[in-house]
Amino acid sequence: MSTTRTILICSGKGGVGKTTTTANLGIALARQGAKTVVLDADFGLRNLDLLLGLENRIVYTAQEVLAETCRLEQALVKHKQEPNLALLPAGNPRMLEWLKPKDMQAIVALLERQFDYVLIDCPAGIEDGFKNAAAAAREAVVITTPEVAAVRDADRVIGLLNTKGVQPVQLVLNRVRPKMMSNQEMLSVDDVTDILALPLLGLVFEDEQVIVSTNRGEPLTLSDSSSPAAQAYGNIAQRLQGEDIPLMDPSQARRGLRARMRKLMQTRIF
Amino acid sequence: MTLKDFIDKLLRRQPASAETAKERLQLVLAHDRSDLNPELLEQMRREILEVVARYVEIDLAEGDVSLETEDRVTALVANLPIRRSIAQPSKGGTL
Ligand SMILES: Nc1ncnc2c1ncn2[C@@H]1O[C@H](COP(=O)(O)OP(=O)(O)OP(=O)(O)O)[C@@H](O)[C@H]1O
Ligand SMILES: [Mg+2]
Repeated sequence: MSTTRTILICSGKGGVGKTTTTANLGIALARQGAKTVVLDADFGLRNLDLLLGLENRIVYTAQEVLAETCRLEQALVKHKQEPNLALLPAGNPRMLEWLKPKDMQAIVALLERQFDYVLIDCPAGIEDGFKNAAAAAREAVVITTPEVAAVRDADRVIGLLNTKGVQPVQLVLNRVRPKMMSNQEMLSVDDVTDILALPLLGLVFEDEQVIVSTNRGEPLTLSDSSSPAAQAYGNIAQRLQGEDIPLMDPSQARRGLRARMRKLMQTRIF
Repeated sequence: MTLKDFIDKLLRRQPASAETAKERLQLVLAHDRSDLNPELLEQMRREILEVVARYVEIDLAEGDVSLETEDRVTALVANLPIRRSIAQPSKGGTL
């Protein structure tokens, strides 16, 4: 049996950061020396190529690999600056009509022969696209934001992953706004981990640099950016590799008088 | 109660929304996880009360059967204040 870590990056709700996380984690793991492939399993609305800046270099896709009209090597797009990272692009959206869980398993089995990490960028929802992608995964990272709809949908996905025997399932809390959290106008980190009862793999702050980096097609983890999200993704990659990196503390992001004032306000009086 | 809650109360301000979000989520997830819709839950509640009422006199208006959830485990919680037990259940009687 291969020792490859095949990890599904999923969320339930759309637009919470699956593709951003897949791209940044992929680059970060590759930079840490792990041979990594990111698989775009969002056949309907593929975007992983764009976030990685590889959209103009796609010749073949997972579709041709499955049809055996090309070899896997021909379809894999190697990242120029980070050669430890490759992308296997999603095929035509019409693939959705015939793709089955065993097809995803077949693709992943090929990838597991030559990579240390296979990251699967999952489509939103809990329908066939999710089920196909989940069938091929061994473990999962669930992305959510501290918002009621995202947390509820994450819960549905976690339930499904449990019944499918995907293990371990870890949580990434994305788009955290420290200021709103300290004002108690956003679910806290503890609230979310208590409700979902999952180990927290990391938290990522709301960060404008995420948008800047997607404009350029250069994930934040590609450079030694000191932006909070870049650091968060780097930390998450290290934790995946088994390193013990302390979590960021949202309340530490806002020290000073106002934070102390807020602390006073949280004192129990009776 | 925290100092902030106290001041909010004095000023009749709404509680911070995170607390509301948490409470609403816990409730909706208890239902999602059990796959019981409110209608079924209400039916079950009535039937449980009926059964219990055969043994003890309960306050039907106060009786509460709900779903609570912690650590991904959802529990059916019944809180049924007993007025008094029904004297001498008839021995050998039918139930
Ligand atoms: N930490 C962050 N800070 C700021 N913006 C973010 C952050 N994470 C994600 N975003 C933005 O949120 C949007 C959605 O992100 P992304 O495409 O990664 O989500 P997704 O879960 O893959 O969406 P879909 O369900 O459509 O596939 C993007 O515009 C992205 O730039
Ligand atoms: Mg996406």
